[in-house]
Amino acid sequence: MKKIGYYPGCTLKTKAKIFEKTALYTAEKLGYEFIELPNWNCCGAVFSLSSDDLIHHLAPIRNLVRVQDMKEGAFLSEETLVTLCSMCFNTLKRANIRYKNSAEDRSKIKNIMDTESAYQGNVSVLHFLELFKSIEPGSVKLKRKLKGLKVFVYYGCTLLRPKEASLDDAEAPVILERYVETFGAEALSTPFSRLCCGSYQTVNAREKVVELAYKILTSAIESGADAVITACPLCFFNLKDIQNEICAAYPDFKGIPVAYFTELSAYALGMDPGEWDEEPGFIKTALAQTGEKKIKR
Amino acid sequence: MSKKDIMGEIAKANSSVIKGVDKSEIKHWANIYIMGQRYEVPADLTIMQAMEYAGFRFIHSCGCRAGFCGACSTIYRLKGDYRLKTAMACQTRVEEGMFLVQLPFSPAVKPRWNIEKTGYEDGAFLAYFPEIARCVSCNTCTKACPQDLQVMDYIQAALRGDFKKVSELSFDCIQCGMCAVRCPAEIVHYHVAQFGREMYGRYGYPRNAVLDKRVSDIKKGVYDKEFKDLVKKNKDELVKIYKDQLANKDKFIKGG
Amino acid sequence: MSKKIILDKESAEFTKKIIELSGEIVTLCEQCGTCSGGCPMCDKAETSPSLMMRMAALGQKEILGSDIIWYCASCYTCTVRCPRGIDISKVAEALRQIILRDSVNRIDLSKLTPAELEKLPQIALVAALRKMTG
Repeated sequence: MKKIGYYPGCTLKTKAKIFEKTALYTAEKLGYEFIELPNWNCCGAVFSLSSDDLIHHLAPIRNLVRVQDMKEGAFLSEETLVTLCSMCFNTLKRANIRYKNSAEDRSKIKNIMDTESAYQGNVSVLHFLELFKSIEPGSVKLKRKLKGLKVFVYYGCTLLRPKEASLDDAEAPVILERYVETFGAEALSTPFSRLCCGSYQTVNAREKVVELAYKILTSAIESGADAVITACPLCFFNLKDIQNEICAAYPDFKGIPVAYFTELSAYALGMDPGEWDEEPGFIKTALAQTGEKKIKR
Repeated sequence: MSKKDIMGEIAKANSSVIKGVDKSEIKHWANIYIMGQRYEVPADLTIMQAMEYAGFRFIHSCGCRAGFCGACSTIYRLKGDYRLKTAMACQTRVEEGMFLVQLPFSPAVKPRWNIEKTGYEDGAFLAYFPEIARCVSCNTCTKACPQDLQVMDYIQAALRGDFKKVSELSFDCIQCGMCAVRCPAEIVHYHVAQFGREMYGRYGYPRNAVLDKRVSDIKKGVYDKEFKDLVKKNKDELVKIYKDQLANKDKFIKGG
Repeated sequence: MSKKIILDKESAEFTKKIIELSGEIVTLCEQCGTCSGGCPMCDKAETSPSLMMRMAALGQKEILGSDIIWYCASCYTCTVRCPRGIDISKVAEALRQIILRDSVNRIDLSKLTPAELEKLPQIALVAALRKMTG
């Protein structure tokens, strides 16, 4: 098995435990061993955009130093760091790019982080989805069928934008669609798949987020989807956890199951449904589609 | 060494307190700067002793004088070194060219928490200390800690609700407040740590079966008769019991 | 009604500051409106991103009082679509930073109850505090 450095991020250890659990299950089934970085720290969630604000890049760079140290200690097969959360992915990847491209920033950051080993800039930051970019539908042996399940893929923002940190084409991505099809479901998307859900505005401008989430989920329902998948714990919160607030603001809103994309793959690969705290909505639909009454164990 | 000799040694060691310092006996001197003013002090003194030697009298920012209470926090720089260092004044010896000031207190309001009513949940830290989400991982707190704790690591653990790690990493915290005054995110680390330890102690730490049994026995009244008998004893009887126990202490320890 | 726009030393300094902080040449903007067209927050704010760009280029300090700079969630839609290659999200960040660096915060944490805070995912609080407190 290939040993790869793994950065979970804060929310995967708390509100999004199922995202981590299902991702690790999927990775293991597909031949990867994820080794969690020792003493990783919060990446900061948002990439600091102003030209002179270097202090906010210390957090992502410090994590990349850990990957470098692990490779030196032969704990990893290569200097690669895999993330699951799309905001962590964006922050780590862009900090890495900025560090590599600016000699001035490099020397300033090294001076501040004088108690750590100097980062050489050789780590590559990958998103979980990129590991399976070249997998062909049909090449993975699936234990359960998702045939007929229609899944609305929701990319959100930071997997695709800006271009320097994008997984795929920023305007016409296919990577999530391919992933969904690899695991036997049908993928649907609309331009709303790439519309911002309002992100952290959920803290103090919830009404704006409710409006955006309503638009996105309505588009998913109208496209005929049975469920929505996402790769970001914040999108997940805005699209799923506040659905009661959406219902309150828009009485016509019916609701739709939302899941992490890895929940789909873990289910198809045979993860025990007992591992879920609460059965995700898509499972029921999947069973109905395939005419099965009980989940195959 | 007899009792008289020991007392003699102590009196000798403390003679300077009673008679004043005999400067001719001191071989090594150091120049230190207390709030910008230079003082020449004996080089083997701690910062606290040196300040007293220089004429300062502590009516605050001085507690146990043994490195535990965290009251005598000091910040200093050494000549030719840009780094700002921290120390406990009672535990650190003066150095030549030390520029120092006491920082006895860091203003920090502690949120009120009730561990009985707080759920042992991932988000509990953020409920009381949302500012920990402002941590930029600059590691300044860790560098400022005179106890050499991994302060940044425990704040990061708090952010992801890891009570065990917060509790273990912060165990030796003496709440001196150096981390809190240096933090660019304005976090009060030591209160976060205390909350973490209290919660872990209440909900996370494995229960001790022996202790649980003893507490339950006391509640059931198993020892009531013994206690009642004990309070009725006169002084001579109590002394006898005490001496008997000392003589047989191995038995008591092994017997539990 | 006509509106008089005064370009003076002060406005030039302000534009220069925005350019320095964002690293983007705001005066390159040709006002095509693509950013406003794709902005998910444009219809919810009083000011549009293209107006924000115009005011930044003209050095009009009133833009600091607009709500668009705070409603911008850095989704980078404008960034990938700008035909002049301007990273507009960086301009919004620069404007936010100008305010935050004067120790004026957008979020007051004491207004949120412990119950609300506990419900929010870590990622939301970390991001909001980074964007809206100095």
